[in-house]
Amino acid sequence: MGMNMQTRLRDFHQARWDEPIIYELSKPGERGVLVPEFDGEEVDVRVPEGMQRSGEVNLPEMGQMRVLRHFLRLSQENLGADLNIDVGQGTCTMKYSPKINEQLAANPKVAELHPYQDESTVQGLLRMIHETDLCLREISGMDRFSLQQGGGSHALLAIASIVRKWVDSRGESDTRDEIITTIFSHPSNAAVSKLKGFKVITIYPAEDGRPDIEALKAAVSKRTAALLITNPEDIGIYNSKIKEFTEIVHEAGGICSYDQANLNGIMGLTRAREAGFDLCFFNLHKTFSAPHGCGGPGGGVVGATEELAEFLPVPLVSCDEKEERYYLDYDVPNSIGKVKDFYGVVPVILKAYAWIRSLGAEGLLEAAKVAVLNNNYLFKKILEIPGCTAPYAEGELRVEQVRYSWEPMTRETGITTGDIQNRMFDFGVHYWTSHEPWVVPEPFTIEPTESYSKDELDEFVAILKHVAEEARTDPETLKTAPHRSTIHHIDHDYLDDPSKWAMTWRAYKKKFDGYFEPKK
Amino acid sequence: MSKSKTVHPYIPNSDPGIQKEMLETIGVSSIDEFYKGIPEKLRVKGMLNLPEALPAEWDLKRHVEDMMRENVSCRDSLSFLGGGCWQHQVPAVCDEINSRSEFLTAYAGEPYEDHGRFQALFEYASMMAELLEMDAVNVPTYDGSQAAATSLRMASRITGRKRVVVAANSHPDRIRVIRNYCYPDISVDVVDFDENTGSVTFEKIEELLGNDTAAIYIENPSFFGTIEAEGGKIAEKAHEAGALFVVSCDPSSLGVFTPPAGYGADIVCGDLQPLGMHMYYGGARAGFIATRDEEKFVLEYPSRLFGIAPTTHKEWGFGDIAWERLSFHDRENAKEFVGTAAALWAITAGVYLALMGPRGMQELGEGILKRNAYARKRLSSIRGVKSLFPEGACFKDFGLNFDETKKSVKEINESLRAEGIFGCVDLSGTHPDLGQSGLFAVTEVHNASDIDRLADALQRAVA
Repeated sequence: MGMNMQTRLRDFHQARWDEPIIYELSKPGERGVLVPEFDGEEVDVRVPEGMQRSGEVNLPEMGQMRVLRHFLRLSQENLGADLNIDVGQGTCTMKYSPKINEQLAANPKVAELHPYQDESTVQGLLRMIHETDLCLREISGMDRFSLQQGGGSHALLAIASIVRKWVDSRGESDTRDEIITTIFSHPSNAAVSKLKGFKVITIYPAEDGRPDIEALKAAVSKRTAALLITNPEDIGIYNSKIKEFTEIVHEAGGICSYDQANLNGIMGLTRAREAGFDLCFFNLHKTFSAPHGCGGPGGGVVGATEELAEFLPVPLVSCDEKEERYYLDYDVPNSIGKVKDFYGVVPVILKAYAWIRSLGAEGLLEAAKVAVLNNNYLFKKILEIPGCTAPYAEGELRVEQVRYSWEPMTRETGITTGDIQNRMFDFGVHYWTSHEPWVVPEPFTIEPTESYSKDELDEFVAILKHVAEEARTDPETLKTAPHRSTIHHIDHDYLDDPSKWAMTWRAYKKKFDGYFEPKK
Repeated sequence: MSKSKTVHPYIPNSDPGIQKEMLETIGVSSIDEFYKGIPEKLRVKGMLNLPEALPAEWDLKRHVEDMMRENVSCRDSLSFLGGGCWQHQVPAVCDEINSRSEFLTAYAGEPYEDHGRFQALFEYASMMAELLEMDAVNVPTYDGSQAAATSLRMASRITGRKRVVVAANSHPDRIRVIRNYCYPDISVDVVDFDENTGSVTFEKIEELLGNDTAAIYIENPSFFGTIEAEGGKIAEKAHEAGALFVVSCDPSSLGVFTPPAGYGADIVCGDLQPLGMHMYYGGARAGFIATRDEEKFVLEYPSRLFGIAPTTHKEWGFGDIAWERLSFHDRENAKEFVGTAAALWAITAGVYLALMGPRGMQELGEGILKRNAYARKRLSSIRGVKSLFPEGACFKDFGLNFDETKKSVKEINESLRAEGIFGCVDLSGTHPDLGQSGLFAVTEVHNASDIDRLADALQRAVA
């Protein structure tokens, strides 16, 4: 019998292969793949003295099928978004990554291109990149995009570099040295600003959960280089005063960058341009459907207004319309230079292009609307669970995600969001707490996107509700969870104590024998 | 017949009946109510102006494939392009594993639900550690350039110094990335290379070294494919000055070459592309960083490091080492920043190294050296064609100079292309001092007849 359709709870158990570390599988003499031999004349090779490696590399020796089986088993011990109702990664839930897009990107006409090929041999690819740029301009209202960056934080690095160069180009390097961000904007906004030599000022929310406009006014001065802000922020509330925020910063002579890594809730409805932003970025994984791959490769695209486009990284992809020819454009007068090898994460750009083309303008808008519908449906259902709240802006609807709190539950039962997380895995779903610091106590952030059906959302709520009930009826089960995962409780001391930590098998073998027996 | 609303296959709750039911549950009458907070003046009027939708999968496939058909790939043609991205054998098992739904679509979950990725990435790091003879290896960053730039920032924090010396025979794009990433607080001095050997000029390094130098950075093999023989001496000089020695290397060379740790490197970095990734127009990259397992290094990584740990049931468990140094935890007070980068390529590189094993990596390196020596001999015997750095071996890449042929690299490449050959990376723009020179590369995918075909075509091109 399958899952109980009344309770919507699954008798789940994750794959548990008890797979050894790959070095324990090595059998000297076995081969996984052979290397084509050279069939030409032998010419004397002179490797400089001292540069000839002595001895073989200590790698495992395994037959091909054994390697395949090992990694397939490890893959089964991993819960991809294709397999679970993966709405638990609020702020960055991945939507469905269509399989056709994977096929299109794997085409040898894409995969087997070299970055230094003559432009005449890559016109199709350059056209695709250029057309993606045009779509992104329309979606954001910006005038030009760089598709070079490798992810959202990398896009932020490019943005902070642009702010730095812009400030320097105005001769204000020493006087305009502050960047303002908010506590509910992604931590990388703050981190890259510091990296590029700015002092970071962090705005906290007002009582309604929106960034405090009075705090912004107090923070802004002639030292303000830029505002780096998200909207809606991580808590899922749209800041209606966003235009006033950008105006306040502009009046002080600063520029504004819109963190739109996650555009899910407002795509096609409202744009960076109208809200007064000078720069913005999108994640191509996440908003534009490319898969996350356990943590990349992703893509982060940076948009700029005409005034700031001259600072974008090189090269851009341009079109010579007279000759109908696409080319790598290095003519960017004040370019920050390069932030990434070559021209960006091409397979990811192609997947994003295919997704935009599949949906078109109406489809993008529908995706946004359904993402918000799904979120408010979950919002309604999750708040019915005793012990759960959603701080800030009580009674207001949310956009694409909600940051919830188990604070009342923790006070009542001692069960924390971390305990709940470990138990959720027992039902085959992912659940993330939230970015630190936990301004919202005992937090979790849920974001459904447009990809999940109503039935699946109901299933997720049923699991969450069941686990919350266990907090009162069977706290021990929660505290000792997970019970149906691949592995059980990890001893974290081995991750924080330098005398015990081992980030490779080589380091482990220097510190331990057998199963964590300290070397004598 | 009236046309009903098209429910897009990617948006199940687009169906009007389901939407009505959900709206009733929420207690609102329409989806627009969710957007009440967005001021009218900030709203898009009407629909975005985007190309027509292609919701039927076949139409999309046809459109994109037709567009890509305009490309000529390195499989349609015979390619000798290198310079930081190379055509290699990609074992089928690599593609099989990295296209598995479980790995491909996973976010970056916790050790209990995503045990598989933690173990796969730990094993990747373990095999890289052996290749590099270092104990700590990160979950990779975006690419080799970012890895180099971060290595230099790590060196700056460790030494408390604000100047780095970078070898001019490094990849020119990588130098640009380093410059941007180090700016504004770390200055970058570029040290010239010897135009006869392609190696860095030792005396000039000595001149640039001071008590404010955080690191010396070289690439070995260099951008030109030349092999630096004086690594040990440079390390010694760096250490005498209180600086660190940072070396970027090509991991596919290490079956035959001494790893940088063997000649004194403190931080080693590079790109994983040669280890099982298709070229993707330079779009499949991952940057590794490796050091000794010492706190002063480990605590300066901005990247995640996955460690092995015991569990209550005596299983192999894994988790994040020293989490608190990361920007996930500590925002602007963290070490640089961390985010979605290139984990899937690390899993792929792990699969690649497991398949290749010690003998595979050795045979790969030896085969490339042989092909390189053969190709240089064949091509530099053509009248007017000179080997750019004739002394010593080169790995994959090697430079040729065409000044005596009175032909430009551009003209030569055009002639070769007319014969179905992608010739060389044109150095005349990036390195004008080298005249009309180009960089050719050979790997294990080339056999002798490919190289002979290039030689014959080149002979015609320069005639």
